[in-house]
Amino acid sequence: MSEQAHAVHAHAAPTGFIRKYIFSLDHKMIGLQYYFLALVAVFVGMFLSLLMRIHLVWPEASLPWFGHIKPEQYLTLLTMHGTIMVFFVLTTAPQSGFGNYFLPIQIGAPDMAFPTLNMLSFWTTFVSFMVMLAAFFVEGGAPLSGWTNYAPLSAIPSAGPGQGLGEDLWIISIALFSVASLMGALNFITTTLDLRARGMSLFRMPLTCWAWFVTAMLGLLAFGVLLAGGILLLLDRNLGTSFFVPGGLNINGNLSFPPGGLNPGGHPITHTGGSPLLWQHLFWFFGHPEVYIAILPGMGVASQLLSTFSRKPIFGYKAMVYAILAIGILGFLVWGHHMFMSGMSPYSAFAFSVMTMAIGVPSAIKTFNWLGTIWGGRVRFHTPMLFAIGFVSLFVSGGLSGPFLAQPVLDIPLHDTYFVVGHFHLIMGVAAIFGIFAATYYWFPKMFGRMMNETLGRIHFFVTLLGTYAVFMPMHYLGMAGHPRRYSQLTELNFLQPLMPLQKFMSIAAFITIAVQFVFVINLFWSMKKGKKAEINPWEATTLEWTVPSPPPHDNFGGVTPVVNHGPYEYSVPGAAKDYTMQTDPATVAAH
Amino acid sequence: MGGSHVVGAHAGHALEESPYRIPSKKLVMWLFIMSDAVTFAALLFAYGYLRNATPGWPRPFHFSPTVINAMIMTFVLVTSGFTMLIAMRAANLGNKAGALRWTFITAVAGIIFALLHIREWIGLIGEGLRLFQNPWGSGLFGAAFFTITGLHLSHVVGGVIALAVVAIGYQRGRYDAGHIEIWGLYWHFVDIVWMFVVPFVYLLNIAH
Repeated sequence: MSEQAHAVHAHAAPTGFIRKYIFSLDHKMIGLQYYFLALVAVFVGMFLSLLMRIHLVWPEASLPWFGHIKPEQYLTLLTMHGTIMVFFVLTTAPQSGFGNYFLPIQIGAPDMAFPTLNMLSFWTTFVSFMVMLAAFFVEGGAPLSGWTNYAPLSAIPSAGPGQGLGEDLWIISIALFSVASLMGALNFITTTLDLRARGMSLFRMPLTCWAWFVTAMLGLLAFGVLLAGGILLLLDRNLGTSFFVPGGLNINGNLSFPPGGLNPGGHPITHTGGSPLLWQHLFWFFGHPEVYIAILPGMGVASQLLSTFSRKPIFGYKAMVYAILAIGILGFLVWGHHMFMSGMSPYSAFAFSVMTMAIGVPSAIKTFNWLGTIWGGRVRFHTPMLFAIGFVSLFVSGGLSGPFLAQPVLDIPLHDTYFVVGHFHLIMGVAAIFGIFAATYYWFPKMFGRMMNETLGRIHFFVTLLGTYAVFMPMHYLGMAGHPRRYSQLTELNFLQPLMPLQKFMSIAAFITIAVQFVFVINLFWSMKKGKKAEINPWEATTLEWTVPSPPPHDNFGGVTPVVNHGPYEYSVPGAAKDYTMQTDPATVAAH
Repeated sequence: MGGSHVVGAHAGHALEESPYRIPSKKLVMWLFIMSDAVTFAALLFAYGYLRNATPGWPRPFHFSPTVINAMIMTFVLVTSGFTMLIAMRAANLGNKAGALRWTFITAVAGIIFALLHIREWIGLIGEGLRLFQNPWGSGLFGAAFFTITGLHLSHVVGGVIALAVVAIGYQRGRYDAGHIEIWGLYWHFVDIVWMFVVPFVYLLNIAH
């Protein structure tokens, strides 16, 4: 440890402000850039959800920027909330943010395999985010076709107020995001395979690295499909093709026409023959793996933290690795379960249903292994551990509704209700966010050299945990009671009035949960400047990032490539002097 | 080889052996090819989906000129794959002049392919084929045709540019034989995609 801290730097660190902080090639700075981009994005997304929650229960309230929300504006809020959260938060922070920062360090590499590609990938993401935000400010505003962007609503510029330029910007932004994610995936996979330090065999990698690695493979094979779908959609909207637009579509009393100027001979051209279902296939072939892109890094972080803070090896390391791989592979075979309601052969639905429920097996393996890891451990309840436990809790709570929705016969009544909203917010939204929080509290000392405040952390954890349950659990009940999703004017519908008290309760819970996130932000920025100085290894963890100074030097290991002698989770090894064996400790400390 | 420019690779034996034992830049090209293949697969899936869902899908192509032209284009592209192989072999043997010559011939074959393709497009446009309509039936035909062949054509053009850049860099000593090989891989991928385009987009649409 200490000898590495004093070692000579092999690479000179850049000194200019621009090369160091803006167009940085250092994976750590790029990781932080991604992280802070996601932090901005999550507050934008959260602000939109705040407006939605206010509008749903107090529709007369006048809201900042929007005034009285019209139904189409509600759909805009919903669309942009989903899009920003899924792409720019859940995809960006856990994988591109923490993955960039810690994958190279955890495998003993001085940087990513292709630093320039890495920088390009971040700046493409940044431009993508700016284009997405620009959609708010163009004529007609942001689109309203949901984060799933279903055709034909998304394919016809005249279909709604935000479906003009705003929708084009949405598609361009997502296409850029796909390209950026592909570049990131190339880098992550190559780095993992090629730049591991000696002794860091694949089965000695921390589970975080496995999760980032498999997530990158999912991105590699999924984003290309979204990109193709986006290209076809742009052609439909701007060059008159009809991939996703059926013939005879009637919008506001008019047959749908492609944009003018493209009808030689003076005949008006109408869209004909396209298939809205085709968009759904292309979108969900990407969209379902995307769900795992969001959650797998959180699973890696939870595994790492539960082992560290229970002072026990992870229960069933190899089973955990195979479960991550199984989830990754199965994730490509289940896209049809999003389309049971769209019309599908019962035989196809059956196949998709069985595949979907099969994902329950590796998911349960992971869950039981997490519980097995804590079982009998000497658990240290620091804030990161609390969030890791919260992750498991939310993953189970959100996951249990999965097998219900996986069955076509149950999905048909539940699909377009709040039940689905509750399901995916718990498992994909909040669980992944808890993974991000856990990772933040855990790695903050390494990234900034200071500790975050524990008391504020605990307040943040308990209020957020109870708050999210209070917001999203009742949604399952609403759904079973038949409350449709995406409705804007709840107070005008008689059959929803008995459910309004519950909606009010959820809104109030949401306000409290949102408020406590500012405690997190204050803690984050205050601790950067004023937090207690962190030691090199404050959590007494075993992986490589805890062998280098906080924050790590420019090339991580001071020009020395570490040598790895141990697996990632050797805690409480019998006969060892201390209760954790670093991966770089000499092989003789605890022979196994 | 290509790996020498990669961060960390200088550490040599201090690293764990990569499971694929190829330079990182070659691995990353393989990965790029995988992701790009997925994009092409999505377009071909979309085409097959719409083709099956459309009664009376137009089949306007005839042996002359379309199939003859497609066969010539295929011949040119496959030949360019062969000349690329010769270039890669020459580069690996350290025969710099040979590698440059054969890379140049490959790029010229790529340009001939692109010109033949554009000539075919112009002919079809003259017959009334558009992105959104045509005289023979469903307008989706032109949409699928131009999108798929257009994406492939853009890959050919991009490949020609990449080969030119790599050849110039190779001549000046900026790039090595590894780079020729890596862009050779890309070139073969473009070749293989065409092997899917010909049967699905051309041969399936020959008039009875």
